[in-house]
Amino acid sequence: MNKWITSALFVGALFIGQVSSQAMAQDQNTIRLGIDVPYEPFVVRNAEGDLEGFEIDLGNELCARANLECDWVEQSWDGIIPGLLSRKYDAILSSMAITPERERQVLFSLPYYNTPSVWITARDRDIDIDDKDSLKGLSVGVQRGTIRDVYVTQEYGDVLDIHRYGSSQEVVNDLKAGRLDLTFEDFPIANDAIDFRGDDSPYKQLGESIKTPTSIFGEGAAMAFRKRDRDLAETFDKAICEVYADGTFDKLMNQYFDYDLSVPPSAADCEKFE
Amino acid sequence: MEQLNSWFTALLSGNAIFTANTLGFYWNGLVTTIQLVFLSLLIGVILAVPLAIGRGSKRRWIKLPIYAYTYVFRGTPLLIQLYLVYYGVVFFDGIQDSIFWVVFKQAFFPALIAFTLNTAAYTTEIFHGAIKNTAKGEIEAARAYGMSRRLMMRRIILPSAFRRALPAYGNEVIFMLHASAVASVVTIMDLTGAAYYVYARFYAPFQAFIFVALIYLCLTFGIMFVFRKLEKRLLAHLRPRGA
Repeated sequence: MNKWITSALFVGALFIGQVSSQAMAQDQNTIRLGIDVPYEPFVVRNAEGDLEGFEIDLGNELCARANLECDWVEQSWDGIIPGLLSRKYDAILSSMAITPERERQVLFSLPYYNTPSVWITARDRDIDIDDKDSLKGLSVGVQRGTIRDVYVTQEYGDVLDIHRYGSSQEVVNDLKAGRLDLTFEDFPIANDAIDFRGDDSPYKQLGESIKTPTSIFGEGAAMAFRKRDRDLAETFDKAICEVYADGTFDKLMNQYFDYDLSVPPSAADCEKFE
Repeated sequence: MEQLNSWFTALLSGNAIFTANTLGFYWNGLVTTIQLVFLSLLIGVILAVPLAIGRGSKRRWIKLPIYAYTYVFRGTPLLIQLYLVYYGVVFFDGIQDSIFWVVFKQAFFPALIAFTLNTAAYTTEIFHGAIKNTAKGEIEAARAYGMSRRLMMRRIILPSAFRRALPAYGNEVIFMLHASAVASVVTIMDLTGAAYYVYARFYAPFQAFIFVALIYLCLTFGIMFVFRKLEKRLLAHLRPRGA
């Protein structure tokens, strides 16, 4: 009995695979993009039931430039790479950060955005984050095991007193309680939880927002493809270069964000498309 | 020694996780854990002796508050008590500007206070039980000698009660060691904090935690050994002859 079910499934799987690859062949100009919904403000389903958000606008723009018809396919995050590999869709465009582990399974496009990290302190504090000697003995709160923990440990481990917390909420609590002199936070999280951007807000940002070195902060979020779909990936790399070159990316970004999460591709990455 | 050293280096060279750097984290964690547990146990015992005597008092105004204290601290999880002390103190207005802030700014002292109050509550009940169970004959004999209550407490009841409380107290020490693992949630880099750090840094939960589990096992073994010796010495008179 069991054998029957197994072989029926096997034959069925073969058949489905055949049909979908035929469908692919028939309509070369349509591709499906997998995305995990919702992830505000990148993607969210509005009251009419349509998808909208920064990544939807960006994805549609990229598809238009690549002369492709794009359909969005919803997929929960934990199955998003298996869904790509089993051809439920042809690419992922869902805030997926490039990591070595994922690179073993999928092919990434050029990164299209990366959220920065920021140093935050109380407004009345006078701290120079670049003057290491002056930082001696100050306490900094970070969420344990994050890229920001790695950065602070590596760059400031010898001067700052690093407090590692289980969640970013606890970091914010202790900053507000006065236990921490500094915190190093993911910009979107800090933006939601700490009042630091007004002229008379109780906290302030120190120095520039930080996205480098990429060896710690990663290259950013990118589209992911099946490894064999090199041509498709290049088509989108070209489109990403274009939206950055002519300012379309910045225009879209400014519609949704009031901070900079752009990662302009290097000239070397783009010159082969010119 | 030379041989041991090269053997150790060779052992370390084969893996990416247990480098000198992470072992340093574990070592500092071990020191912090022992400091925290030892200090809270020490202060706990000092508090528990008068509390245990008071707990057995006939006067309600002494007995009831102590009972309420042990009930509350034995009736709530240590983690919650730690959160309350650590995050709760900042709700007192102006504490940041008072002299207490020197103490409460660090994570160590709120944790020490929570641990001390917790172990003092348990130890009070352990000592109270032992005092209550003092053999009637010993008390009657002391009375027959004309001892005052104070003298009787000092010479007869307490020494005998402490001896009998020893096995239960040994358990409390081990429980306290294990309970101290919650200190890492308020950023203290104790043994568990070090393990969390290694876990988060290398995404290797099994290696990080099995190593720390082994250290806890060794510590527990040490504590058991000390209490076994103590019991053997102090409770010799209670053992059957020739055993």
